Amino acid sequence: MAATTAQSKTPFSLAKWFKSRKGQQAIVIITFSIIPLALLFVFTYYPFAEMFKFSFYDRNYTKVRGFVGLKNYIDVFKRDDCFRALWLSLYYMGGAVVQLALALYLATIFCFGVKGGNFFKGCMFFPYLINGIAIGFIFKFFYTRGFVLDTVLQWIGFDLENLPYWLRDTRINNFSLVGTSVWKYFGQNMVLFVGAMMSVDSSLYEAAELDGANKWQQFKYIMLPSIKTIVMLNLIMSITGSLSAFEPPFVIMSGGGNGTATYFIKMHEIAHTSQKVGLASAMAIVLLLIIFAATILQKLFFKYVFKNAEDEDTGAAARRDKKLAKGKGAA
Amino acid sequence: MTAGETIKKYLWIFIKYFSMVFFSFVALLPVVSCIITAFKTETEYQNTNVMTPPESWLNFDNFIDAFRRADMGRAFVNSAVVVVFVVIGSVLVGSMIAYVLNRFKFPGNGLIRSLFLFATLLPGIAMQISTYQLMYSIGFINHLYGYIILMMGTDVISIYIFIQFFENISVSLDESAYMDGASYFTIFFRILFPLLKPAIVTCMILKGVGVYNEYYSAQLYLVDKELKTVAISLYTFTGPLGSQYNLICAGVIISLVPALIIFIAFQKQIYSGLTAGAVKG
Repeated sequence: MAATTAQSKTPFSLAKWFKSRKGQQAIVIITFSIIPLALLFVFTYYPFAEMFKFSFYDRNYTKVRGFVGLKNYIDVFKRDDCFRALWLSLYYMGGAVVQLALALYLATIFCFGVKGGNFFKGCMFFPYLINGIAIGFIFKFFYTRGFVLDTVLQWIGFDLENLPYWLRDTRINNFSLVGTSVWKYFGQNMVLFVGAMMSVDSSLYEAAELDGANKWQQFKYIMLPSIKTIVMLNLIMSITGSLSAFEPPFVIMSGGGNGTATYFIKMHEIAHTSQKVGLASAMAIVLLLIIFAATILQKLFFKYVFKNAEDEDTGAAARRDKKLAKGKGAA
Repeated sequence: MTAGETIKKYLWIFIKYFSMVFFSFVALLPVVSCIITAFKTETEYQNTNVMTPPESWLNFDNFIDAFRRADMGRAFVNSAVVVVFVVIGSVLVGSMIAYVLNRFKFPGNGLIRSLFLFATLLPGIAMQISTYQLMYSIGFINHLYGYIILMMGTDVISIYIFIQFFENISVSLDESAYMDGASYFTIFFRILFPLLKPAIVTCMILKGVGVYNEYYSAQLYLVDKELKTVAISLYTFTGPLGSQYNLICAGVIISLVPALIIFIAFQKQIYSGLTAGAVKG
C-alpha cells in the first residue's frame, strides 16, 4: 500500500521502489529463483529441446551429416532391435505388479503388529540403499552356476542338474533380472504403504474387532481405502519405470547381452557405441511420448475409478487430527 | 474360545512371522553371501561352497587388498567432496525456491511450479544424449565441479518436501519480523531456515545417499582415474579380476558401509522423508 501512495505522489523512482515492500519482494523472488531456474533450464529443458532437434538430423557427437526429417523416427519403428526391446518392458511391468502386491501384503502384516517389526522392516528396506554397481556384482555372484541361489535351492531339495543357468538361458534370464529389481524395491514400497496405513486411526480397528470383523474385512474396509491413492501412484510410477528399465541389464549383464537389452540399453548403445546421436534422440523422444501417453491414460483412469479418493483422504486427516486432540487431552 | 478359533489364531501368528522371516532372509541373503565370501582366502574360496562360513571372521586381507587395488581411499575422498557440495547446494537451492513459491504470489508462480512438475516426467537418463553434448561443449567433463553442478540441478523431490514444510510454518511469523524491520533475506536465513531443520535433515540424507550411489552420470562424466567416486571405483574389478569374487565381495561390502551407517543412524528420517516425497510427487 505504501508503494502505491508513494507512486501516485511522485513520478516513479527506482531507489524508492527498491525500498518499498513490493520492490523488496521482487528482489528476493528474483535472487532466490534465478539459480534454481537456471539449473532447471540448463540441465533439463535445454537438453530436452536439443534432443528434439537432434532427432531430425543424421549426426554423431561432433559432426552433423545433415537434416533427415523423420527418417530417424521411421528407423526406430523399422529396426527390429529398437522396437522389440520395448517388449522386454512387459517383464518389468509384471515384476512391478508382483512387487506392489508383495509390498502390500507385508505392509498389512506390519500394521497388525509384529514383534521386532523395525528390525524386519530395516532388513527388507536396506537393498534400496545399495548402489547399482554393487548390486550388479552381488547378483552376478548370486546367480553364478553352483553359487548362492543354486546352493540354497539344493538345501531345500532341488538337484543342481535340473537347475537352469539363471543368466545365460535366454528363456529365464529376463525373469532373473526382474527379480533383482523386485528385490531392490519391494522394501521401499512396503515402507511407503506402512506410512500411509499408519495414518488410519487405530481405534477404527479396535471398533471393527469388537463388531466381529475378521482380518480380511479389516484390510478391505479400513486399510485399502486409506492407501489406494498411494498404491495407484506407485502403480503409475512403476509402469513408467518399467518402460525405462535400465539398471539390471546394464550392471548385471554388462550392458544387455544374451537378449536382455531393454529399450534404454539399446539407446545407450546406439548413442555411445555406434555414436548415432540422431537415431538415439529419436528413440528417446518416442519413449517420452509413450511415457506421456501412459501417464495421461493412467491419470484419466485414476480419476474415473477413484473419483472420491480425495474426499476420503481429507476424512482420514480429520480423523487423525481428532485423535491427536484426544491424545493431548489425555496427557 | 473354541478349538477352531485357537488354531486359526496360531495359524495367523505362524503365517505372520514366517512371512517376516522369509522375506527378510530373501532381502539379506545376497548381501550375507557376499560378506561370507569377503572373509575367505583364495584357496578357501576355490575349495569350499559359497555358503560355508569362512575359517576366520578376522581375515581382513581381502578388504585391504580390494581397498588398495581399486584406489578406494581416493574414491572415498572424491565421493565425500561430491556428496558434501551437492547436498549443501541442493538444500540451499531447494529451500530458496520453495520459500519464494510458498510465500509470495507473483505472476509466474504457477508456471514455475508446473515447470518443475513437468521436469519429473522427463526421465533423466533418456536425455543423457544431449546432456552429454552440453557437458562436452561447456567443458564440464572430467571435472568434479561439473558433475557436482549437474547433480544439483535435478532435484524436485526436495523442493516438494520444503514447500510442504513451509505450509506448516505460520506466515504471521514472517509478517511480524517484517514489521520489526527485517528484510526478506534476514527473515529467510535467520528465522525460517533454522525452523526447516527436520526437512533439511531429511533432504540431506535422501540426496546424500542418492548421490553417493549414483553411477550412470558419474561413469560418463568422471572418466579420469583420479576422479572416480566409490560406486564407479568398483568397476576396477571387472576384466582380469572378474572371477575373484572374494576380492570383489570385499570391495562391494566396503562400498556399502557408509550407506549402512547412515541408514542405521537416520532410519526414521529416511522412512518419513520417502513417504513425504512420494505423497506429493
